Amino acid sequence: MSTPARPQSLADLEALVAALKARGIVTEEELAARQAQTDRASPEIGARMVARAWTDPAYRALLLSDGAAAAEAMGVSMAGAPPLGVLEDTAGRHHVIVCTLCSCYPRAVLGYPPHWYKSFAYRARVVREPRAVLAEWGTTLPDNVEVRVVDSTADYRWMVLPLRPAGTEGWSEEQLMALVTRDVLVGVALPVPPRAAAAE
Amino acid sequence: MTDTPAPRFAPGTRVTVRDDWPERRGPCHIRTPHYLRGRPGTVQRVLGAFANPEDLAFGRPAPKRVLYHVLFEQPPLFGEGRPGDDVLVEVFEHWLEPAAERQAA
Repeated sequence: MSTPARPQSLADLEALVAALKARGIVTEEELAARQAQTDRASPEIGARMVARAWTDPAYRALLLSDGAAAAEAMGVSMAGAPPLGVLEDTAGRHHVIVCTLCSCYPRAVLGYPPHWYKSFAYRARVVREPRAVLAEWGTTLPDNVEVRVVDSTADYRWMVLPLRPAGTEGWSEEQLMALVTRDVLVGVALPVPPRAAAAE
Repeated sequence: MTDTPAPRFAPGTRVTVRDDWPERRGPCHIRTPHYLRGRPGTVQRVLGAFANPEDLAFGRPAPKRVLYHVLFEQPPLFGEGRPGDDVLVEVFEHWLEPAAERQAA
């Protein structure tokens, strides 16, 4: 949760909304619908997309070529949302997403961004010392894996398609989804392989 | 202005981010991070064309500009890091120029 809005901010917001309504730019219904859509979105959507991609090669291809179309295929309305790009981790490369300029985040498929994603510390540090930041999440990458920091600066929103952990052969989409947390979709964490999960 | 301007740079092109600091000249809204100004990178792909946020932010007519995904080696940006790591950033075409450097024959 962010800090509560100041009374002046709320008054300003009301004045702005009233002016937009008066000019026919937005309606109360549109605002309510957009708010409901944002409230409904959660990392479960992104997790389901990843789990589907892990089990369905055609969906994987769609996800990587057009993330928004892949989200729509899951029943998510992307109307009015920025284009969604999905970046694929490989055995040799790991992606981590940041918005150094503000807090651009794929809200349509991940919901509200976590507070740390918006913090100055994360935004300043992850481009400068990505491996140190990842290590603080307990994410240590093998020496032969290169880190690609994705700075979300403009009109796209980005999500990571992580590697499917070994030992999950034959798992259902529901089982796979449980491995794909919000932090995994941003790239600060990796899906926990079943043996490690079982040991916890 | 056309709706979808033709991209000036093809994937693989070496480019340099303009070493320009409009924020020192007055109010502005720019989507090019400071740490990239003057830095060389490689165009990875053309992402499309989008209304220029520098105009949108001030309610001005905003012609579409080509947006690229540009890849930068990470260690040179801050003078630290691990060779092989890189940073992938959306950069608008008007912030890019052909890389000045030439490879020695």
